Amino acid sequence: MEEYLILMRLDLLTKEAQPSPEQMQEYMKQYHHWINGIVEEGKFAGGKGLSTEGKVLKPNNVVTDGPYAETKESLAGFIVIRAESFDDAMRLAAQCPILNGDGNSVEVRKIVSVHEQ
Amino acid sequence: MNSEPLIPHLFRTEYRKIVSVLCRHFGFREIEVAEDIASDTFLVATQAWGIEGPPPNPAGWLYNTAKNKAKNYLHRHSIYEERVLPEVRAGLGEDVAVEIDLTPENITDSQLQMLFAVCHPAISEESQVGLALRVLCGFGIQEIADAFLTTKEVINKRLTRARERLREVDIRIEMPAPAEMDARLGPVLTTLYLLFNEGYYSMSQDHTLRKDVCLEAIRLCTMLIENNATNKPHVNALMAMMCFHASRFDARTDASGALVLYEEQDPDLWNADLIRNGYVFLQSAARGNQVSRYHLEAGIAYWHTQKEDSPEKWSSIVYYYDQLLKLSYSPVAALNRAFALSKWKGKAEAIRETEALALEGNHFYFALLGELYDGIDRQKALENLGKALRLARTAADQQAIRKRIKALS
Repeated sequence: MEEYLILMRLDLLTKEAQPSPEQMQEYMKQYHHWINGIVEEGKFAGGKGLSTEGKVLKPNNVVTDGPYAETKESLAGFIVIRAESFDDAMRLAAQCPILNGDGNSVEVRKIVSVHEQ
Repeated sequence: MNSEPLIPHLFRTEYRKIVSVLCRHFGFREIEVAEDIASDTFLVATQAWGIEGPPPNPAGWLYNTAKNKAKNYLHRHSIYEERVLPEVRAGLGEDVAVEIDLTPENITDSQLQMLFAVCHPAISEESQVGLALRVLCGFGIQEIADAFLTTKEVINKRLTRARERLREVDIRIEMPAPAEMDARLGPVLTTLYLLFNEGYYSMSQDHTLRKDVCLEAIRLCTMLIENNATNKPHVNALMAMMCFHASRFDARTDASGALVLYEEQDPDLWNADLIRNGYVFLQSAARGNQVSRYHLEAGIAYWHTQKEDSPEKWSSIVYYYDQLLKLSYSPVAALNRAFALSKWKGKAEAIRETEALALEGNHFYFALLGELYDGIDRQKALENLGKALRLARTAADQQAIRKRIKALS
């Protein structure tokens, strides 16, 4: 089994496009469904949601507000999974409910560890 | 997984608390920031709870997240440096700590003060009701649009204009001074009255939504009664009126959602607890010697909770309508009075008084005449119902009138 990091990126919402509480409930249910599926396959290794605010540090003591100063996309959360192959990881990532939203994206990266090579 | 709609429930109960507390902390100028932070908190919750499952104390989690977001905002923005900080420094010296107070006491105080801020005569009554639904009742823009039978865009525009206007008049989030209390309480009660009526008489077909609107009006009125500074007789009168009307909520619609007229309701479906509570508030309203329109309407509503028809019931209702019409005339009240008069003195006298009103453009006027002529002059009854049908604008009204015409034909 190999470990993969799944990064979920959210297209920052305009105020008018904010989901209703019922829609948010539905999103949460979809997430539960997705995560549960991965847990049932014994492939879930952990994950967290991320708050929207943050800071970005750059060389020469440059600090900018929030990760979204230059981009509309913001990292909304991440999970780590154990998968048999890159294809297997892609299969699980493709079911991420964030992909139902226009402009959102999911990034799949293999985690490399010095201990296992 | 959790099958309860957790987020809509929390949005309804917690959104308003977070907005009120933050808005009190930031000042009304920053109301949009307070609303954004509260909305954002729920978005983050959706994501985090979706991945890890909801926390053991979801409300506490929301408060903490909102607090952190608020602190972050204050540190990031100049309002902290330029406005808040100098004031805090002047008062407390250099030892500055940003503490967002989400204790139950501060939540209650903030919401009550927010109620006074939102119900300000500088904005239209429609805007007051809309803003109250948003920031004090946690209703979504779509729900408010549904209740007003309009679009999200219209509501968003209306609320934006209302916030701008309240900023222009530099509204503060604070309790009115004792000397101003009566003057400021007036618009608050008007808004709660309109909010309740919006739910009770709205043309919206969504009955759950309408009931929620009524219950929110009752909840906000309870806040006024629980505070000594605002627990006045006419506040209790308004509360009594709302309880009496709300007692018939389950009796006034049938299984298909159609309106059941008062005369045809099953009194066993009237909610006895609400009637009892209403009576307690009515007694509290009798303190003092001022009679407000809420006292009169509560009196009318009280007699409607009495199941048995009696001369005392209908003569009392006529009496209260007479007082109400003197206080402020309205065609609806005049027609309701005429109906009560028919129950007390008979149809012939009620027809004379109704026809004297000559409300030729009002479909309720012709519908009432149709009812009054029933049993006296069938032809005239049908003529009037026909006129009512041509003037009625909603499908529900038209359907009710057609049913009456069919029964008479």
